[in-house]
Amino acid sequence: MSSDSPSNTAVKIESLAFAYGDRQALCELSLEIHSGEIFCLLGPNGSGKTTLFRLLSTLAPLQAGCVSVMGNDLVDDSDAIRRLLGVVFQSPSLDRKLTVLENLRHQAAMYGLSKAVATQRLNEATRRLGITDRLDDRVETLSGGLSRRVELAKCMLHNPSILLLDEPSTGLDPAARSDLWSYLRLLQSELGTTVLMTTHLLEEADRSDRVGILHEGSLVALGEPHVLRTELGSDVVSIQCNNPTDVIDQLQSSWQLTARELDGMVRLEESVSAEVLSEIMQSLSGHVKNISVGRPTLEDVFIHHTGHQFWHDTEAGR
Amino acid sequence: MNNIAVSASSSLARRELIRFFRQPNRVIGAIGTPLVMWLLFGLGLEESFSVSPSGESHDENFLQYYFPGTLVLVLMFTAIFATISVIEDRSEGFLQGVLVAPVPRWSIVLGKVTGGTAIAVLQAVLMLLIAIALPMQWNLISVLHLFCILVTGAFGLTCLGFVLAWKLDSVHGFHAIMNLLLMPMWLLSGAFFPIPELTAQSSVGQMMIHWLMKLDPLTYVVSLVRQVMYESQQADRFWQPDIGTSWFVTLLFCAVMFVIACRVVKQRK
Repeated sequence: MSSDSPSNTAVKIESLAFAYGDRQALCELSLEIHSGEIFCLLGPNGSGKTTLFRLLSTLAPLQAGCVSVMGNDLVDDSDAIRRLLGVVFQSPSLDRKLTVLENLRHQAAMYGLSKAVATQRLNEATRRLGITDRLDDRVETLSGGLSRRVELAKCMLHNPSILLLDEPSTGLDPAARSDLWSYLRLLQSELGTTVLMTTHLLEEADRSDRVGILHEGSLVALGEPHVLRTELGSDVVSIQCNNPTDVIDQLQSSWQLTARELDGMVRLEESVSAEVLSEIMQSLSGHVKNISVGRPTLEDVFIHHTGHQFWHDTEAGR
Repeated sequence: MNNIAVSASSSLARRELIRFFRQPNRVIGAIGTPLVMWLLFGLGLEESFSVSPSGESHDENFLQYYFPGTLVLVLMFTAIFATISVIEDRSEGFLQGVLVAPVPRWSIVLGKVTGGTAIAVLQAVLMLLIAIALPMQWNLISVLHLFCILVTGAFGLTCLGFVLAWKLDSVHGFHAIMNLLLMPMWLLSGAFFPIPELTAQSSVGQMMIHWLMKLDPLTYVVSLVRQVMYESQQADRFWQPDIGTSWFVTLLFCAVMFVIACRVVKQRK
């Protein structure tokens, strides 16, 4: 037993590193997930979140570092960990040729549930997710949203303590996405399930209890979404112009404001009063195409910590 | 602990069977091709083929000679489909769900392979119904014996397919394996032509064929089927292992392939 109360730590990751050949996917990553929280791992594609997901779900071999799940070591106690985890993959793990019920029965068998327990859990999960009337349908006939619900029911059959989800909103329309979140909140409050999900959607990360931002295999920010946002100040000003360098110089000399350039845009992560803002707009009017002021978003947090656009980086990094 | 292994294996095996019957084209593919090959080659080569000691082509015609090999080909085609199903399971995502389950890795192999074996034997039995027309001594013992051979052979072949599929990531790669490994394995098993016995006059080519065929594990499966179906002896110019040796090699093949399959599944990648 470690000193820092393991009952509060669901997952503990210490100096985790993983490489595919020469390409380093995760470097020296350390992170703790608390019991009962909904934790979002946010990052663009290629940031290493799927690698982390594969490591945690016991699919990828541990190369360097240490991971424990509720006190169980990832390497030595993988069977114990597998029993604790419910894993929802990005690509559905359902057999499309089987019916919903057959899929769920199969899952119950894979977790060694007795027939009575399986039936009870099955009723419970399908009722919660509203799929009771689709039990005899083949999975291939279901819509994306419905099969995601079946997938969730499947992964909850053995009452896992920790639910791992890889990009769970992929392919879901906004209504289904919202349903997913109410379900996760329900699990959290009724069963105390810890939820760890990866996402590249900023608005999804915004709904979580805590978010970790992953960039090129390292954790660049960690905390509650609103705390991360307020750390940046109250406003972010973006100026779209022809000659960013000149504008940055002018902002520095005339108003002592430190701005930086990002993909041809000038960004100012400081609170600027309305008067100053109108002064700036007047004096730069010749050069400026567009100027916008907004509350910092998680995207701003990402840009602040990495110096990269969240989306543009995605394409370049692939 | 063992309960979970048993329930996982049987659930995986049951799934294979359900899937099989829901894809009718698989039923036709696995039995249709060997059947057509048997009829075409059997009838076409009938006049130019003789393995009987007397040299008379009427003692055992090619349709008869070729039948045990056809049965084994049915097993092999089913093993091929079982193989492809591993690749499908991976690309459709089903496999990852199985791999994160807290079950011993051997039970995953056992489940998939038992399912594949059941399908293979089922098809071989269908094929065997045709054999009622052949002059075979049908009695309970020989039928049961044949059944055991088919089960063991199918199990070994499905394990082999499983190992190959696990290492491949696409169905395309599999076609190469089928043409370069599985079909030659079958052709060299004595299914299609008998194994030449070595003499002082044997050519280098014959020696090579002789040894390749001797080293082919399928040779022993085909030899078992043949010896159970037809008690008549082949001519001395052909080599054939006895029943004991054949059983030993077949069982060894099964065991080795199963162990290898379990080891490949154990590796995380």
